[in-house]
Formats: sequence, C-alpha cells, structure tokens
Amino acid sequence: MSDNKNGKRICATTGLPICLDAEFFVKCNAVLAVVFLLIGGIGALLLALTRWQTVHLLPVDWFYRILTLHGLNMLIFWILFFEVAILYFVATSLLNVKLASVKTAWVSLIMMFVGAVMVDVTILVGQADVMMTSYLPLLAHPAFYLGIILVAVGTLIGVILYFATLHKAKKEKTYQGSVPLVVFGATAAAIIAVVTLLHGAIVMIPTFLHSMGWIAQPDPLWYRMTWWGLGHMSQQVNVCAMVSVWYLLGALTTGAKPLNETVCRGAFLLYIFFINLASAHHLLVDPAISAGWKIWNTSYAMYLAVLASMIHGFTVPASVEVAMRQQGYVKGLFGWLTAAPWKNPGFSAFFLSLVIFGFGGGITGVTLGTQQINIIAHNTLRIPGHFHVTVVGGTTLAFMGLAFYVVPLLFQREYIFKPLARLQPYLFGIGITVMAMGMSFAGSMGVSRRSWDIEAAGSIYGPAAHLFLAAVGIGGVLAFLGLLLFILLTVGTLLFGRSIVGKPMESWGTPKPLAVGEPEHTPIGLPTGAGSPALAMAEAHPTQGTMVLALVFLLSFAVYYFANWKALADAWPVR
Amino acid sequence: MVMSLMMPYWHFKGKQNSSGEAYSVKPADFIKRTEKFILANTGTESLLEEGLSPVVAAPPGEIYLVAKQFLWFPTLKLRAGETYRLHVSAADFQHGFSLQPMNMNFQVVPGYDHVLTIKPQAPGTYPIVCNEFCGIGHQNMIGKLIVE
Ligand code: HEM
Ligand SMILES: [Cu+2]
Ligand SMILES: [Cu+2]
Repeated sequence: MSDNKNGKRICATTGLPICLDAEFFVKCNAVLAVVFLLIGGIGALLLALTRWQTVHLLPVDWFYRILTLHGLNMLIFWILFFEVAILYFVATSLLNVKLASVKTAWVSLIMMFVGAVMVDVTILVGQADVMMTSYLPLLAHPAFYLGIILVAVGTLIGVILYFATLHKAKKEKTYQGSVPLVVFGATAAAIIAVVTLLHGAIVMIPTFLHSMGWIAQPDPLWYRMTWWGLGHMSQQVNVCAMVSVWYLLGALTTGAKPLNETVCRGAFLLYIFFINLASAHHLLVDPAISAGWKIWNTSYAMYLAVLASMIHGFTVPASVEVAMRQQGYVKGLFGWLTAAPWKNPGFSAFFLSLVIFGFGGGITGVTLGTQQINIIAHNTLRIPGHFHVTVVGGTTLAFMGLAFYVVPLLFQREYIFKPLARLQPYLFGIGITVMAMGMSFAGSMGVSRRSWDIEAAGSIYGPAAHLFLAAVGIGGVLAFLGLLLFILLTVGTLLFGRSIVGKPMESWGTPKPLAVGEPEHTPIGLPTGAGSPALAMAEAHPTQGTMVLALVFLLSFAVYYFANWKALADAWPVR
Repeated sequence: MVMSLMMPYWHFKGKQNSSGEAYSVKPADFIKRTEKFILANTGTESLLEEGLSPVVAAPPGEIYLVAKQFLWFPTLKLRAGETYRLHVSAADFQHGFSLQPMNMNFQVVPGYDHVLTIKPQAPGTYPIVCNEFCGIGHQNMIGKLIVE
C-alpha cells in the first residue's frame, strides 16, 4: 500500500502510483500557495471594507499598499505556486513517472519563495506603492523587481522540470497512446506559461536595472505593451489550468467523460495560438496604437480564443449531462442537473466555477474587450469586476474544489468538519458574485478602480453608485469568509484530520445510478459503468439541458453587449 | 459573427472611437506648448509649477491639457456642438483621463501627446477624474471641463 517502492507509493484510493519526491514538492508548493492566498485574502477584506465608502476602513497610504500586496499575492503567488503543484502532480501521477530532477525542484521552490518574500517585505515597508502593474515611470525599490524576477525564473524552472518529466515518461514508455486530456491541458498551460514568463523577464529586467540607476528609463508605452503581453497571457495559463481542473473534477464527481477528445484538444491548441494576440485589450484607449491593429487583435484573434472557451464551456457541462443521464437521471430538461451531487464540494466548486466563469466572465470579458466599448470601461471598477469572476470565481474556486480531493489523497487525511466544507464553495462563490456585480455596476456608473475615495472633491456619483460599493463591501466580506473557511479547513485537516494512511478516502458523495444492474462505484466515486437500454431516449438527445443553458447564455450576452453599445452611443463623439 | 462585424462597423459609422492618434513629445516641450496656449487665450502667463488650474476659454481647434501629480492643467472651457482636438499628455507619471458622467476614459502616458477629437454635447461642468494610480494623492486628482 503505502510502502516505499522505488520512491513511489500506490495511492490507496485511486490505485495510481505516486512519486514520493514529487509528492513532497506538490505539498510544499500547495502549502505555500495557501499561505499567499491567506495574505492576499486578509488584504482583500481590508480593501473591500475600504471601497465600501460608508466603512472606509484603511488610511490612504495603506489602501494603495495593500492593493499592491493583494494583487501580487493573489494573482501571481497563489496562482503560480498552485499551478506548479498541479503540474508536478499531473505529470508524475497521471503518467506514472518519477520527477525528472529533485535538485531542480528545490531550486525552483527556493527561488520562488525567496522572491515572493522579497516582494511582500518591500511592499509592507512602504517601498513599493506602485500597484502590481508598476507602470513606469512609477518606481519601486529594486528589491521589488528582483523579487518578481526570482519568482518568474523560479516558476520557469518548475515548468521546464515539468517538460523534462514528460520527456522522461515518454522515453521510459510509462504510458500508452497519447497523453490523457488533463495532461494535454496542463501542457498547453505550461507552454503558454513559458512565453508569459519570458515576457516577464523582458519587461522586468530593464526595469530592475533602471531602478538601480544603471540604465535610462525604458519607454512607458513599451512597458505597457510588454507588461500586458505577460499580464494577459498569464491569464490564459489560468484558464487552461482551470479547464483542465474542470475536466478532472467532472470525472471525479459525476463520472463525466469528454464528449469528443479531439475537439477538446483542438480547443486547447486555439488558446496557444491565438491568445497572445488578444493581449491588446488592455491598451485599447492608449495613445499611439492604431485602431486597425487594435480591432484585428481584439476581434478575430480574440474571438478564436473565446471560441475555445465556449467549446470547453459547452462540452464540460454537456459531458456531465451525458454522464448523469447514463446513470438514469433522464427526467425533463434539467433532471440531470438537480440530481447532481451538489453536496460534494468538489462538484459544487467545479460547477459554480463553470457558471461564474462562463456567464460572468464570458459576458463581461467579450464586451469589455470590444475596442470602442472599452472607452466607457477602461480603468473603471468594471475591470476588477470582470477579473474577480474569471480568476477568482472561476480559477480560484476550481482550485479549491481540486484541493478537496488532492489534500486527502496526498496528505492521507480526511477533511475535518465536512458539513462546513460542503458549504464553502457556495459561500465563496456567492460572495464573489455579489462583489463582482457591485464592481461592474459601480464601474458602469463611472466609479474608477484603484481609488481610495471617489468623492474626495465633492459628490460626483449618485447614491446608486454607493449602493453598489456597499455590495462590493458585503460581497467581499462573504467571499473572505469563504476563503478563510477554506484555509482553516485545509490547514486544520493537515494538522488534525483523521489519518487514512493505507486506506481509501471517503467519497464526498457521487450520484447513485438509478438504472438496474449498474456496476459498482470505486471508493472515490468514479462511476465505472455506461448506460442501459432504458436510457435510449436520453442518449438520443443527450445534451438538451446544456443546449438550453447555452441559449440562455447567448441571450444574456446579446442583451448586455448591445446595452453597452447603446451606452457608448450616448457619450460624446470622439475620435 | 455579429461581434466581429460590430467593431469595424462602429469604426466607420459610429461616433465614438479611439483612434489612438498620438505623437512623441518630451514632457517639458508639452508643458511649454500648454503654457503658450494658455497665454494666447487668456493674455496672462500661468505656469504649471504654480500648481493652479486657470480657466481657459478656447476657440474650436487645438486645445491642451497636462496631467501632473495631482492636477489637471488648465481648466478648459469649451462650447457645446463644436469640435476640438484635445491634446493630453502627462508631465510625470501615467494618469487616466476619465470624463464623468459620460464615463469616457483614456490613458495618459508621459512622452506621448494623445489627441482626442471631441465634440461636447451639452453645457455643464464635468469632472475629469484621474483613473490611473499616480501616487498616494491619486484620489484627489479631479479636474473640471466646462461646457457652455
Ligand atoms: C476574498 C476574495 C477577494 C476579495 C474580497 C477581493 C477584493 C478586491 C478588491 C476590493 C479590490 C480593489 C479594487 C480596486 O479598488 O481597484 C481587489 C483588487 C484585485 N484583486 Fe481581489 N479580491 C479577492 C480575491 C482575489 C483573488 C483570489 C485574486 C487573484 C487570483 C484577486 C486579484 C485581484 C487583483 C489582480 C486586483 C487588482 C489590483 C490592482 O488594481 O492592482 N482577488 N480585490
Ligand atoms: Cu493622476
Ligand atoms: Cu491618478
């Protein structure tokens, strides 16, 4: 069972071999990720309570300082540390191979950690009040840039180690045929990550040298373009990683299988090819960038990437629907959905992530990315409103769902307080949704992002804007509680969870097949069987429910999209 | 499909577009141009250094606006229905030009003279909010645009 044979143990739940070296680094990276999530989370609470003007908690300098801290700890550190953990886990356990080099993993881990600590300390002592974007000519202490460079290079090394491990698996022929879809998605993420991190180096190294006084100041517009090459693509890494996690959790919780592997793989490829082109949407109202390029970049190139997301956004719920129908849940359009394992936090986190990302992120993202509409959105709260549904309600929530499986499997402990764990995804998901909607609507009324006090020079915005800022505060508090609950449960589990060494983990609950003569469930809840003759009807139209959901999505999108053109048409003419 | 067509359509037919027209300029030169523009239209000399934002009523044509920690310089007074070429640039850091309540937003980058061809619609006094973080006093950087 868990005996140490050639540095591997066999997982008692999944039967998958687990490389002990890799397991160690997966644990380290994941635990550090959660530490940074906590730092960012405390910052989040303080920020939300400051933007809620009635509360207005932080003093002015600390607001901007914490904003810088929150952005970096969340978007960069939490996400990157967790993604490296996912890469190691996916490569070694799904492909049944050992980590290619332990030393390299150490180098990566130490560089990332030292860099992140440097950044946080520099911010907290007040030497880097520049926001996470650190737009030149604003300048921070050199330690800030050096820290970011260390994190980026450390991550790059981790990603390279992932590729080396894939190569090793291939050479040792530890798997047959093509790699599993989840590995494919993770590899797509890793490829984009390399390009991203290189951009990071290109922009951060000259900025660092400039902060040391060694070279002249790089051009601010060049900085913006290159920075967003990094900033934007890194989001695509998150999307790829998130989609891979969706496929994984869909399979673990309902037995869903990808409907058409080729299409899914193709969609991952679209991300790689087209996404860096869409990066211009941060620069739509910048000087000196031609409209033709902006339109090309944000229309055709971006729509191909969005198309990829729509493919995943459709096939993932559709595969859940098919799996549920095959297990006998054929009633009506949505019988499969209501019977889904909503009490399983792996499922609820996954499905909420899908809905929040798909509806919220999809609708706002495509709209904001439209060249002209961006005029009425740039740098308003609509922007954080958008990315808190994508990278928080989407990616972060999906990662939390994954943790509910990975923690028991790797640390071999059962989660404590399971009823609270079942509640956690809802608390976090609802909180983030309320906050992001507050941000989006306040932003539509002109409220700017990154502002400590929107009425510093007397009243500009009406009471409605303040109502939405209150929603930001209240939603923010709920989301923070959800986040804190996640951390407390997870850390509590590591310390006090019931040990299940050598035993399979308890199932969080998966749908019980209704049809007769269904095969057994594996302990983790992987339903193994297919349908029965009684389900022929379900199989004829296996994805109606998802179709309806997709239609609702398209309709809401169309309404929002054209409402925005209308709002734009009401503004002053400008060229 | 519709979306792919909407952007080019608006580009040619719509009245709100960001063409990104811009020219390289040294911040010091841009400040001088703005000061000259103020002198020509008010008859009195005002310097950016003084930290005030004099009201300047300018005829349709080229008009100038400098963003500097935490000031919009000068306060422009325009006529409704006329077309202006608003040159906006920054003296120090990046700033954000956010005209309320129309909620029209443009990035202001030092070293670049960003030209916005605008046509004010209705008389009123409109706040110009800085919406790019530009230092600890960023939230106080609120100017005015007057339209008669
Ligand atoms: C409890 C959950 C969270 C809450 C309540 C929260 C709240 C906030 C608030 C109030 C702001 C300030 C908006 C502004 O004034 O411009 C903000 C900014 C931001 N948040 Fe969050 N957030 C949360 C989680 C996250 C997560 C998990 C991520 C990333 C994975 C994230 C990424 C960001 C980024 C990148 C910014 C922008 C920073 C900047 O403008 O430089 N947030 N958040
Ligand atoms: Cu400013
Ligand atoms: Cu500002």
